[in-house]
Amino acid sequence: MTAQRSVELSARSSARARPSGSRRELLSWYLMRLTGVALFVLALTHFSILHFLFDPAEQTAEFIAEERWNRIFWRAFDWLLLMTVLFHGFVGMRTVLLDNIRSERNRVLIVYLLYGLAALVFILGTQVILTLPVRGQGA
Amino acid sequence: MNALASLRLLLGYRGREGMVAWAFHRISGVGIFAFVVLHVIDIYLVGGNPAAYDELLAFYASVPGRFLEVVLGAALLYHALNGLRIILIDLWPSMATYHRQLWWASWIIFVAVGVPGMIIILRPLWNPGPGL
Repeated sequence: MTAQRSVELSARSSARARPSGSRRELLSWYLMRLTGVALFVLALTHFSILHFLFDPAEQTAEFIAEERWNRIFWRAFDWLLLMTVLFHGFVGMRTVLLDNIRSERNRVLIVYLLYGLAALVFILGTQVILTLPVRGQGA
Repeated sequence: MNALASLRLLLGYRGREGMVAWAFHRISGVGIFAFVVLHVIDIYLVGGNPAAYDELLAFYASVPGRFLEVVLGAALLYHALNGLRIILIDLWPSMATYHRQLWWASWIIFVAVGVPGMIIILRPLWNPGPGL
């Protein structure tokens, strides 16, 4: 894997320094920032709607099928949120795990397990958004 | 040692605010990640097993569930605000001079947005509606 990643923990930026030497690492570094800005809007909007405008007590399976997801717009919004959070969350977890796992064998194993989990989350999330029947007045 | 002294020790240690900001960013990030995986599974149940979803929802809407939601919201808000601060410094390196001030500014926004949010989420505790 990428054992020679330059991970300089800077007190200044308190995140990863911009990687050099690997185009793929540099691309994912930029994409982390791009998805971060997107999530600032998407995730905070999602949280505000479902915790401030609505109350969790109202959000039964029926509510989701008949109100929350009765419009294509909100399904598309939540799917876009899922895609950005998948990238941002799994690349972030990869950084955290690779910073903390020393053994090369375990690094490879854990990263593959992480990609497997990402695939599962992608499949479950996408399937329910695409297949839950559209009910109610919207669509 | 009281809490204030511990906080001063933490904020004074080597990397100072930058180190604490980094540690909090990781802790909140891992916490949000764990919730996202759980949340995708619970939403999958809306299609796959609505009764099981409604049972889990009853926990989300309960008093302990609401306290966990406040923790989730706090992690999300901190990670979002500190993330913007990181992006700002990465794209505009001269801002690094003020990284500590930016961190404290993000805490002001955190409290200003977070406290009203917490009150809304915990409202059923002192004003129980039909949901609780």
